Amino acid sequence: MRKSLTVAVLVAVAACGAEEAETPDSLRLMAHDSFAGSVSEETFADFTENTGIGVEMIAAGDAGSMVNQAALSKDNPLADVMFGVDDTFLSRAIDEEIFVGHRSGLLGQVDEQFVPDTDLVTPIDYGDVCINYDKSWFAEAGMAVPTELDQLRDPALAGVLTVEHPATSSPGLAFLLATIDEYGEDGWLEFWSDLKAGGVGVVPDWDTAYYSDFTPYGGDSPMVVSYASSPPAEVVFASEPIDEAPTGVVEAGCYRQVEYAGVLAGSDYPQAAGELIDFMLSVEFQETVPLTWFVFPVNGGAQLPPEFVEHTTIPADPARLDPATIAENRDRWIDEWVGVMEG
Amino acid sequence: MRPIRWGHVLVAAVPVLFIGYFFLYPLIRILTLGLSELNIGFDGVEARLFHIGWFTLWQAVLSTVLTMVAAAPMTWAVSQFEFRGRKLATALVTVPFVLPTVVVGAAFVALGWRNSVGAILVAHIFFNIAVVVRTVGALWSRLDPDLHDAGRVLGASEWKVFRTITLPLLRPAIAAASAIVFLFTFTSFGVVLILGGFRYATLEVEIYRQAVTLFDLPLAAALAVVQLVGVTATLYAYSRYQERHTSTWALRAEANRPKPGGRARFLVGASVIGTLIALAIPVVVMVARSLRGVAYAGLFRDDPVVGAPIASIGNSLRFAVIASVIAVLIGVMASSVITGGGGAMSRWFDLTLMLPLGTSAVTIGFGFIVALGEPVDLRASFWLIPIAHALVAIPFVVRSTVPTLRSIPAETREAARVLGASPSRVWREIDLPIVARAALVGAAFAFVISLGEFGATSFIARPNTATMPVMIVRLLSRPGSASFAMALALAVILAGMTAVIVLWIDRLQFGEIGTF
Repeated sequence: MRKSLTVAVLVAVAACGAEEAETPDSLRLMAHDSFAGSVSEETFADFTENTGIGVEMIAAGDAGSMVNQAALSKDNPLADVMFGVDDTFLSRAIDEEIFVGHRSGLLGQVDEQFVPDTDLVTPIDYGDVCINYDKSWFAEAGMAVPTELDQLRDPALAGVLTVEHPATSSPGLAFLLATIDEYGEDGWLEFWSDLKAGGVGVVPDWDTAYYSDFTPYGGDSPMVVSYASSPPAEVVFASEPIDEAPTGVVEAGCYRQVEYAGVLAGSDYPQAAGELIDFMLSVEFQETVPLTWFVFPVNGGAQLPPEFVEHTTIPADPARLDPATIAENRDRWIDEWVGVMEG
Repeated sequence: MRPIRWGHVLVAAVPVLFIGYFFLYPLIRILTLGLSELNIGFDGVEARLFHIGWFTLWQAVLSTVLTMVAAAPMTWAVSQFEFRGRKLATALVTVPFVLPTVVVGAAFVALGWRNSVGAILVAHIFFNIAVVVRTVGALWSRLDPDLHDAGRVLGASEWKVFRTITLPLLRPAIAAASAIVFLFTFTSFGVVLILGGFRYATLEVEIYRQAVTLFDLPLAAALAVVQLVGVTATLYAYSRYQERHTSTWALRAEANRPKPGGRARFLVGASVIGTLIALAIPVVVMVARSLRGVAYAGLFRDDPVVGAPIASIGNSLRFAVIASVIAVLIGVMASSVITGGGGAMSRWFDLTLMLPLGTSAVTIGFGFIVALGEPVDLRASFWLIPIAHALVAIPFVVRSTVPTLRSIPAETREAARVLGASPSRVWREIDLPIVARAALVGAAFAFVISLGEFGATSFIARPNTATMPVMIVRLLSRPGSASFAMALALAVILAGMTAVIVLWIDRLQFGEIGTF
């Protein structure tokens, strides 16, 4: 009995010792599948070299599923750092108290539009959800590419647009938010009812919209809701090398999504976790962001690769809504949208 | 008092602990957590939920019946006759079962089949036809042909023999296959989402929506309970049915199938070729689209973003081997418990083993998060993936071994015991050789389930290991003509591998199954 007690005390002491250690062997980084899936050995090699700390990736499904998993495990967190929560899920993550504060010294290099009014999360990248169009279809049809959302009320354009359902797709929800930003609570549903009358297509997810309905892939819609980074991706991931993207970005109706990282409450190594977030905000890491995850770096010092300079435009005035407003109204907006579109 | 047989206790304890710790415990933890916060008073959502529940039920019943009917000609042909290419045909039928929903969905959409209940039903038949052909075919091929011949000699028509002799004898397998197809379609997710348009949602889709998108865990848990009640009721009815209709009937070795002659030759040809052509339509679309550019060569290149896609094959095979070993071991032990016990206990155990097939993936995934952090943190471990695959695969092993074990006449075992054989020797020399063949059918299913599995594991926090379905989805979730073609090329390889592996497993022979 006494012996086992001694062992227990020793184990407890050892456990406490481990908790206080400043540098762990490795940190666990939890991210949504699209980020986790593109992490290679090189991604965090420099961080490991500089600090001696390895990075272990945990893939946690889509962003919503990830936030849920973090909330369900907050007493015994799955990871030290979570990356990939965006404005649409930020309020929920903050309400669940899954993060502890961290203020990165590099925030000074970040445009203030990206910096949230809380220390709980740090912005890492942004992406604009925009309508993409098929250049050759518009050229052959002799039609002008729309420059304002209002032009989509014309059945000739609404009928050739495909959007994603806001309840099942993140770009779908972003585009819905863009229309609310543009027309306000009083006018957005009327816009959608015009789109419906014009014959807009609605599909459940991005890959159906892009690979089944978009005209470059054999579909019937020369316009689909996608990302501002999709045309550069068309060039980078082309079957045969091409000089010009076959698709372009409609600059109206864009919505800006910012993705954040945060230190998870209950992490044994909050300080090291903060260092990992600082690394992700460094110019060195930020410059790898465009061609790896097809999003844009928030650090103003990071140079964009040539593909992103030549083949896309960063919309001048994208829509953005406050996370608290989104959290408060999202369910109602989706319900109202469903009422108009499926009623 | 009878002495405790420790061997029996161990054989029973392993599957009970496995299913208890990796399924029931996480399930109960997540449901109690969700329901503890449930506020009664749904303010008007009841009508919508009732609508969803009703759709879930009727589409599953209809899908099951249609799958049975569609599978019948093929099942008859491959189980009753020997012909060139029979094993290949059986292997090819299994291919749709592993194809990722996104890929098949895209093929259906390209064919213009979307936004309708019809498209959902056709897709459900496409995915599940293999379950019927293999499960029912395994029993049918071993029915004693003397019964059939006796009926014919006594003047009954072919149809009358089928209706009054063959069909009743096939009931256990038909019920087993129906139960599995029903559970798969009752919990259908991707097919309903992609092909159904938005008028249709199953409980599974709604659970995902409530839990993940709307963060309403309590309502999601309540829906998961409704789903579980539906699934349990179905399984209970099924197991009662099985008990009443278990026939201990002489089975034969399956080697001596006749070659079809005359009219049968034409019917067999039409059944096999017709079924394969119908199943091939979406696959042909997939293959055609994979041939653009240098898709196959691209799979071997080191992609700047996802690594070399071809590496995912190794990951998939590793998980599939581990998952099928677990599934066969646990499944065979469980089957011997189910058939050895009898009574209510073994009925409920059997039913519990089937539950993972009918439990929503979100519920299980979140259950793992809540329950498996202590004492050993398994939550993001490598092992959780093959374990999750095995949970889905065990029912297949059990469903293919239980009917076979039940069909061993008690007298055979008793005779052996009287002659002085120990219980373990009886099992080894009588049950095992018979069960091995059936377990192999289950193993083939376990392997391909693991190979094609995406749904259940996408809600589990896991190490960053890309299996083939995961890689296909990754490639499909970024723009670019090469991404698209490579995703489809990888799907074609997955289909080809499935056919080859199933063919190989089918060819393995485990001793000679005696006639008795």
